[in-house]
Amino acid sequence: MVDEVILLDYWPSLFGVRTRIALEEKNVKFDYIEQDLCNKSALLLEMNPVHKKIPVLIHNGKPVCESLIQVEFIDETWPKANPLLPSDPYQRAQARFWGNFIDQMLPGLGKLMWGANGEEQEEGKKEFVEMLKTVESELGDRTYFGGETFGYVDIALIGYYCWFDAFEKYGNFSIEAECPKIIAWAKRCVKRDSVAKSLPDSEKVTELVPELKKKKRVE
Amino acid sequence: MVTGDVKLIGSWASVFVMRARIALNLKSISYEFLQETYGTKSELLLKSNPVHKKMPVLIHADKPVCESNIIVQYIDEAWSSYGPSILPSQPYDNAIARFWAAYVDDKWFIALRSILTARGEEEKKAAIAEVEERTDHLEKAFMECSNGKPFFNGDHIGYLDIALGSFLGWWKVVELDANHILLDETKTPSLFQWAERFCNDPDVKPLMPETTKLAEFARKLFPKPQA
Repeated sequence: MVDEVILLDYWPSLFGVRTRIALEEKNVKFDYIEQDLCNKSALLLEMNPVHKKIPVLIHNGKPVCESLIQVEFIDETWPKANPLLPSDPYQRAQARFWGNFIDQMLPGLGKLMWGANGEEQEEGKKEFVEMLKTVESELGDRTYFGGETFGYVDIALIGYYCWFDAFEKYGNFSIEAECPKIIAWAKRCVKRDSVAKSLPDSEKVTELVPELKKKKRVE
Repeated sequence: MVTGDVKLIGSWASVFVMRARIALNLKSISYEFLQETYGTKSELLLKSNPVHKKMPVLIHADKPVCESNIIVQYIDEAWSSYGPSILPSQPYDNAIARFWAAYVDDKWFIALRSILTARGEEEKKAAIAEVEERTDHLEKAFMECSNGKPFFNGDHIGYLDIALGSFLGWWKVVELDANHILLDETKTPSLFQWAERFCNDPDVKPLMPETTKLAEFARKLFPKPQA
């Protein structure tokens, strides 16, 4: 039976990038349907009625929501090619821990990018940098978070990379100066086909920010 | 059945610690329970969870595992041949269980807690309404997941049962505090009946804190502002 795989996504989403990379790592053919988040499609609302958010992965008509849950689902559904999670239970627990931690950077980034005033933005920047440094020390001198194998934690974090230029511009700081190992790691990741195919262009993401800021003020 | 050196750092009152304990019970794993003293954090806790400095922490053969839902999954995988499976076997069912467990923590629990921290009647009413709406979602989730069986996981308790069921002690305490039923037999009948079955499960019953004791603890943790 040929699998029918559809991804409802929004091109600059760092969450959607994860799912795209995971599917590419497994060589799974999928239909990508770009979503207009200001005018949510009937399909999106039907497939994610609880959160009404992207990405939504639809596998043979059944929806899976939340990016890291999708990555695990993809790993379990297509287990043969390129395992994304380690097989050892303890290593798996570590991977899930760091995936979880990486998403805890989001509130700080929210303040940095969309904060109401300079003070909130500075606070957000400080929170983000501190957390990214913790992630960097977990990476250490390894090629990828899993060692020599690209996997779950790399996928969880690399989506943020296409937003780094935007963070730096609006936060007025250099991520490389703060976390050089993370930048070096990211440059290794983008050489992988799955990442190169999936990561949106940083410049285009940064150009989008003023428009997103306007929309957020309206909300 | 002792299967290696297993310790759990936690507290009798913590929902998140209870998740780990239920999972260990399901697998019949003996462990040393290291009770933290309220208001302080032990050296071992700080050393084992330097990132978050929070409980529960499972220490298995000297290796720490943190975050309650991650610990539950670890217990299921590390002791996969012991006792029943905690996570479903099919990838799609797994994804659904994980989705709702995340919903419990990120949306439902936040709303429940905001009842306890609400300042004034208006805020409390709004928090109650939010909990009711989200509990309604969980009723639908139960129908979707259980497929006519007694638990979210089917015939026996599993990951999502543990994720939500561990809150039942606090759920009762918040009901008393709010003076408002939050698990309604008529509004969410399936969930109501599931809750009774869950609390009576032999792997859960000895762990569920007694309501009066928990309510007293809640008053310490969430003191009411002076009028």
